[in-house]
Amino acid sequence: METAENRQDEPPIQTAPPMEAADDQVFTFPDLVAREFIAILLAMIVLSVWSMGIDAPLKAIADPNWTENPAKAPWYFIGLQEMLVYFDPWIAGVALPGLIILGLMLIPYIDPNPRGVGEYNFRDRKLAVSMFMVGYTLWFVLIVFGQFFRGPNWHFYWPWEDWSIAKAAEEQLVNIPSAFGYLLIGLYFGLGIGLPALLKRSFYKEVGAFRYLTTMMLILLMFGTIIKVVLRLFFHVKYIIVTPYFSI
Amino acid sequence: MKLKKITESAAWRSVFRHKLTDTPRNRSLAVTSNVFLHLHPVQMKASALKFRFTFCLGGLTLLMFIIETVTGVLLMFYYRPVPEYAYLDMKLIEHTVLFGMFLRNMHRWAAHAMVILVMLHMLRVFLTGSYKPPREFNWVIGVLLLVVTLLLSFTGYLLPWDQIAFWAITVGTKMAAATPFLGNEGPFHQLLNINQYNDMQFLLLGDNQVGGNALLRFYVLHCVLLPLVCVILMAVHFWRIRKDGGISRPL
Repeated sequence: METAENRQDEPPIQTAPPMEAADDQVFTFPDLVAREFIAILLAMIVLSVWSMGIDAPLKAIADPNWTENPAKAPWYFIGLQEMLVYFDPWIAGVALPGLIILGLMLIPYIDPNPRGVGEYNFRDRKLAVSMFMVGYTLWFVLIVFGQFFRGPNWHFYWPWEDWSIAKAAEEQLVNIPSAFGYLLIGLYFGLGIGLPALLKRSFYKEVGAFRYLTTMMLILLMFGTIIKVVLRLFFHVKYIIVTPYFSI
Repeated sequence: MKLKKITESAAWRSVFRHKLTDTPRNRSLAVTSNVFLHLHPVQMKASALKFRFTFCLGGLTLLMFIIETVTGVLLMFYYRPVPEYAYLDMKLIEHTVLFGMFLRNMHRWAAHAMVILVMLHMLRVFLTGSYKPPREFNWVIGVLLLVVTLLLSFTGYLLPWDQIAFWAITVGTKMAAATPFLGNEGPFHQLLNINQYNDMQFLLLGDNQVGGNALLRFYVLHCVLLPLVCVILMAVHFWRIRKDGGISRPL
């Protein structure tokens, strides 16, 4: 009969266990586990000291009749709240986050480039890395802007400015004339999708029509968002196209 | 020796299956006979151990999730998710519960840390091309985990029931009302007969403004539903790392 004793003294049933680590292989225990332990310890120390020193904020009890001004979203969503300045809520709050999530999920399927796995490699993945970094940076720039440069009524305030001094309402915003707006949007997406395919034929051939279209749409939407921000901030443009149902 | 007698007893050996002598066999058994360490492979490439490759970001995210679970469960002993008591309980946690303030701080700061770590982990995985075949689907799971992390943080934001919480969630859920077709202020909502009593915002809040129903919904989402979803997705995420050949290495 098998007992605890002889089970331990005999090698396990599996007959050829890796008795020595293979070439350039190391045992997880202790090489990795020790490192994990140190990382956990350091993280716990930092977090504990931080939690002893800095208290989580708690304001007055919730009061539906007393509006906070400005009422800011949690910091990770403040980029979207900042987008409300430039877009209608259905774009800033629903379409954009939806597209970001969808776009992120699509990345592995629209990037067929096999180079740069398992290493920090920019040289062989210039387009992918630069586009991702633009989006990633944009996210944080919007967060910083919304968190530190927006005051009452979501007006622009320098971080050192006094919020109690009211800011004048913004200049009158203008809409781009409808026909011109449609033309601009048409040109932007038409040229944006057409030109790279013509000029960089090799790229188009490499990824194929469907991947190319998806990639370019996501890139154009991202830069389109930035362009709308610039139009709004520096040219006081409210909408590029206006329809009875929605406006962009 | 007494100690030897204990470690050689049948009871001891029924729990600890191997000795501690440093042999390759015991190093393997340390991983395979432990359910938690068993998430790891027995051996791995030395290059995958480099701190500068992963910066431990994924693992630290998991650590934050565990800290959130432990501190969150402890906070649940003192917190009642109804408008009459929620804010009072926050004050009691801060001022009368032993280490209550520390507990709440830990829960809050680890939550922020988790969001930042998930984002940095995603950046690391992108820059090392670790989403490329055969790891495409695990990247998708990772994006879902990012969304769940944000939702966990967002639902937790309402629970203190203070002015920051109330107005942040009011602003946030107003977005749901702007959903095309499904929100009462979104484009084309007339097509589906959507009004403020049957739209997306109402589904989230259980009302058309932030109140008792919203607090209860966010509490259940925060403490039960989203953590469950998160655990399931994490299980798939970790399992797939193993199945897809461990963490990525140069091809």
